[in-house]
Amino acid sequence: MSEFSLLDPFQYLNLPLGEWVESILQYLVQNFRGFFRAIRWPIDQVLDISEGILQSIPPLIGIIFSSLLGWQLAGKRMGLFCAVTLFFLGLIGVWSESMTTLSLVLTSLFFCVVLGVPLGILSARSDRIEKIVRPVLDAMQTLPAFVYLVPVVMLFGIGNVPGVLVTIVFALPPLVRLTNLGIRQVPADKIEAARAFGCTPRQMLFRVQLPLATPTIMAGVNQTLMLSLSMVVIASMISVGGLGQMVLRGIGRLDMGLATVGGLGLVLLAIFLDRLTQAMGERSDSSNTLHWYETGPVGFFVRTFRGAQAK
Amino acid sequence: MTDSNDILSIRNVYKVFGDQPDTAMQMLRDGSTKEEIFEETGQTVGVFDASFSVKKGEIFVIMGLSGSGKSTMVRLLNRLIEPTAGTIELKGKDITGLGDADLLDVRRKEMSMVFQSFALMPHMSVLENAAFGLEISGVDKDERNKRAQEALEQVGLGEHSSSYPHQLSGGMQQRVGLARALTNDPTILLMDEAFSALDPLIRYEMQGELIRLQQEQERTIIFISHDLDEAVRIGDRIAIMEGGRVVQIGTPEELMRNPADDYVETFFKGVDVSKILKAGDVACANSGCTIRINGSVQSPPTNGSQFGYLLDNSDKLQGVISLKGLDATAKANPESLLAQCMDSHESINSSDMLQDAVKTIANSDYPIPVIEDNGTFKGVITKDLLLQTLSR
Ligand SMILES: Nc1ncnc2c1ncn2[C@@H]1O[C@H](COP(=O)(O)OP(=O)(O)OP(=O)(O)O)[C@@H](O)[C@H]1O
Ligand SMILES: [Mg+2]
Repeated sequence: MSEFSLLDPFQYLNLPLGEWVESILQYLVQNFRGFFRAIRWPIDQVLDISEGILQSIPPLIGIIFSSLLGWQLAGKRMGLFCAVTLFFLGLIGVWSESMTTLSLVLTSLFFCVVLGVPLGILSARSDRIEKIVRPVLDAMQTLPAFVYLVPVVMLFGIGNVPGVLVTIVFALPPLVRLTNLGIRQVPADKIEAARAFGCTPRQMLFRVQLPLATPTIMAGVNQTLMLSLSMVVIASMISVGGLGQMVLRGIGRLDMGLATVGGLGLVLLAIFLDRLTQAMGERSDSSNTLHWYETGPVGFFVRTFRGAQAK
Repeated sequence: MTDSNDILSIRNVYKVFGDQPDTAMQMLRDGSTKEEIFEETGQTVGVFDASFSVKKGEIFVIMGLSGSGKSTMVRLLNRLIEPTAGTIELKGKDITGLGDADLLDVRRKEMSMVFQSFALMPHMSVLENAAFGLEISGVDKDERNKRAQEALEQVGLGEHSSSYPHQLSGGMQQRVGLARALTNDPTILLMDEAFSALDPLIRYEMQGELIRLQQEQERTIIFISHDLDEAVRIGDRIAIMEGGRVVQIGTPEELMRNPADDYVETFFKGVDVSKILKAGDVACANSGCTIRINGSVQSPPTNGSQFGYLLDNSDKLQGVISLKGLDATAKANPESLLAQCMDSHESINSSDMLQDAVKTIANSDYPIPVIEDNGTFKGVITKDLLLQTLSR
């Protein structure tokens, strides 16, 4: 069997890619501990704050608050819808797990926005940056999560923080892409008009490009949220808490009840977040002419207040 | 040849689109045509050796067929497009070499632009749109809203300041576009086919509005159009462009009477002459019979004329008289002539457009006298003369 054959040169030629990766990882773990700890820190802080807030709000207050938010953003039906979804979440007994998941998702969203929007803006401004960023995003989206789960554990350990990290890796690309797209799609005549009136590049960005790209960017936020939610289940394998953990435990013990409850909780949370961000995207659409303080509960209170004043 | 009246003058301006402008410029110097350059190098010559001056307070129209380089030309003026070669002088100062900050200043203070596609910002209210230029310049909110509101009132949109652009009709949107440009109080208004997207009626109305605004405020306007009627109606002078080249510049009448080439002539073929010519351009002094009365009749009417026009010493028209049935003695006596004048006669001003005078001339029994602005008699327009003029 060991006859040299030109037809199969790979018996003798090979690239020890796996070994290299391993030794690089070893090297990183040994020499850059401080660096990785520094990365952990901000994530840890944001996660702590958001989880602390979400867990400390009593369920009823949470439901009332989010339905008011839904009403404000998209009308009474949306408010009712939010109340029903969240009520159901509590009813099936996963309120606390949902809040953990929500805080994970919101934390990852926070970092995705902080990183993704500027990156999207940069790649919209320079074709060269776009050319570099694009394949990286492709890799982030297509690389199976299991591949980077292991190195992340080696570098960051297990728990919620590395969980948020892998979620960011997976959920960041659509936001960057859609921010880039949104800015590039701003009609050329609007850009030209802004230039003709003497806009600096900065004014162009903040007064024209970003406002006009907002609906597209909001679509990106929506996508990022959805991807984060789906990643939370996979991340539970590195001992991330919340609904994902329930599902994983349910599958592990063949406890279909537990898995279903966890899964349903995830779906409800997903629907809630999806509808809410969609409504936000529609609000930012230019055909909306009412000011935010003229609609929803705020508008209601403002009107009654003014009415009372008038009398 | 710079005149103190010139507010903007450009000299030998070229624009080559593409990545090898130097090659193209060299070929142009060697005498290649636009087409040859495109064949060989793929570079498009947008504007070719353009030179002209715009006077303060005039409406200067740039006209030409589609693709002749009008939009490129007007964007060269505020350097939205960078010229490949040549100088552009604003108030005697070359702006081609200006740095970023100075260029922004020129765009904010000296030139504002109105676009064919309106190009309003959909996320801003009408008032915010109108105040856009001032906002960019850092004018504080109260001040810029006040000025924007004034500009909106000038264009008749005072009531719509809190609407959004998509709630307005095309004509109203373009008024907002105009108001946005006026708010900045620019020295020069650049308008790229600003009215082309509007329907004929609204368009006519907007042209009138523009003429009115220009008369009130003495602004210099550079107006792009591909419509000759529009150009003739609003333009003090017209520059005709063809294939990136400025072929001829002149008043509508000059271009019509002495077209530089076939291209210009074709443009003016079929144009309604009565919209270009003024009554004074047509009036003829000797076809009428003028009778100068100065104590005595100094130039008695010749035989054959049916009507006489009595002028005093300073050429002011005293009356129109029917000469039929008057005998020679009556014709020689100033008092009797004056006594027999028609009770009233019509006249037209020499600066009236011919089209506005056609009806008066056609309905009158006698050749209509044309009077200069200062009241002196210029001549008459007979029906024959009118027909001859219109049928050219
Ligand atoms: N950015 C560009 N890149 C390359 N070529 C261009 C560019 N802009 C204009 N051109 C070319 O320059 C020439 C003049 O175009 P321009 O838009 O100035 O014409 P126009 O007279 O305004 O026509 P229209 O009446 O259709 O608006 C055309 O041949 C066009 O193809
Ligand atoms: Mg054009």
